[in-house]
Amino acid sequence: MSFGSVDVFCHLSLEISRGEFVAVVGPSGCGKTTLLNLLSGFLKPSSGSVHCSGRVRMVYQQDSLFPWQTAAQNIALGLRDLTSEAERERQLKGMLRLINLEEFAEHYPHQLSGGMRQRVELARALAGDTDILLLDEPFSSLDYLTRLRMRRELALMLDELPRTVVLVTHDIEEAAQLADRILVLSERPARICRELHVTARRPREPTHPEVVETVHHVLTELGLVAQDKVIIPRSVS
Amino acid sequence: MTEKLLPAKVRLLPLLVLVIAVAVWYGLSLLHVFPQSAFPSPLEVAKGLGEEVQSGRLINDLVASLFRVTTGFMIAVAIGVPTGLWLGHHVRSRVALLPAINFFRSLSPLAWIPFAILWFGIGDLPAIFLIFMACYFPIVVATVSAVSSIPSIYFRVARDYRFSGIELLTKVTLPASAPQVITSLRVTAGLAWLVVVAAEMIAGRDGLGFAIWDARNGLRMDLLVAGMIVIGVIGVVIDRVLIRLTRIRSVRWGYER
Repeated sequence: MSFGSVDVFCHLSLEISRGEFVAVVGPSGCGKTTLLNLLSGFLKPSSGSVHCSGRVRMVYQQDSLFPWQTAAQNIALGLRDLTSEAERERQLKGMLRLINLEEFAEHYPHQLSGGMRQRVELARALAGDTDILLLDEPFSSLDYLTRLRMRRELALMLDELPRTVVLVTHDIEEAAQLADRILVLSERPARICRELHVTARRPREPTHPEVVETVHHVLTELGLVAQDKVIIPRSVS
Repeated sequence: MTEKLLPAKVRLLPLLVLVIAVAVWYGLSLLHVFPQSAFPSPLEVAKGLGEEVQSGRLINDLVASLFRVTTGFMIAVAIGVPTGLWLGHHVRSRVALLPAINFFRSLSPLAWIPFAILWFGIGDLPAIFLIFMACYFPIVVATVSAVSSIPSIYFRVARDYRFSGIELLTKVTLPASAPQVITSLRVTAGLAWLVVVAAEMIAGRDGLGFAIWDARNGLRMDLLVAGMIVIGVIGVVIDRVLIRLTRIRSVRWGYER
């Protein structure tokens, strides 16, 4: 993949199996979002190919709920393809219950908190018959405590509604808490410089030994751990 | 809308301004700064206004003007907003048509008065035509600019959830631009009200514009001022009515952040 003369990826080959949760971490500007855009079909690769089997939904970095629709109407967008009115209604109720926002169904996005909006975004993307969920730093605008809560909620939602997930994030802890497999990308042109597997059952606490160990490995890979001492980050945000 | 937080007393301030304005007016008329025939006092105007109401002429003129404004404005909105949405989406049509639209927007609608009379005669039609000409082009331009300021993320989401064609236009583009379009409608409605008065002065047999013109011809400055007052009051009322559009729940987001 390249934009003009800038090669974003070089010989990137990646296979994700059904039901897997893959997190992609790496330095700023290395092409993480471009990777998602390739997977969603929004961008076409300049050489090579992308094969996706299943319906894709994406959750974006910025607020993308329709502000003129209520929380319920926004979630109902995800159920547009259902033909039966009763079934739509039933699933909508289920989603609202799942994200614990039944009382806020008729609220508009600007009347909700950041965490609530993000839950609605997730519910919209998870609603209906989709297979693949692409998450582009979905929690980056939330404060730390809300982020911790959202990770837990996402894990529980995926228990209920299993999907193949690709999560792009700056947050290494988030990746280690959520993903089955973590891909560490290098600087541009990006290649996968490390692949890590996490096997502990979700939801995982941030202090779970496997999570802590994985975070350590990723930091080491990114050159942020030297002789068992953490140095000040240079190129990672 | 921080106005809501103000104490109720503050809402009476416009009334105070009104009382002061009338007092100043009355004072000036007592001082005879201008000849009495050229500067009617509030009392004379009130009397004139009373006469006009009693004879039924005022109501008749008011209804005639309001009918023309509403019809012309509604037609301009009904055609102008869709035109704007369509041009907002199609770059080629926009590039092709926007200069022409700006050309017509810059023409004072009053320049069309001779043609309006030649084509439509005297009465409702020429006034409606002039109001349409005054409103249509600004509405199109405002709608195009409202569409172009919609964040692209909404169109990306719309694509993800498979909106296209008319549905994209009515369910995404229109609601996403609605708050800005409503603001521009308030401005344009004011314009329509300006134009109807001018149009009726020349191409009318009734209406508030004609009433003013008739008063001028009869040297009845009291009736002229009475007409001016009614026109101004209705202008305020029209804006109050349109401001209600901003209270629709699905457009509140545009005014609250």
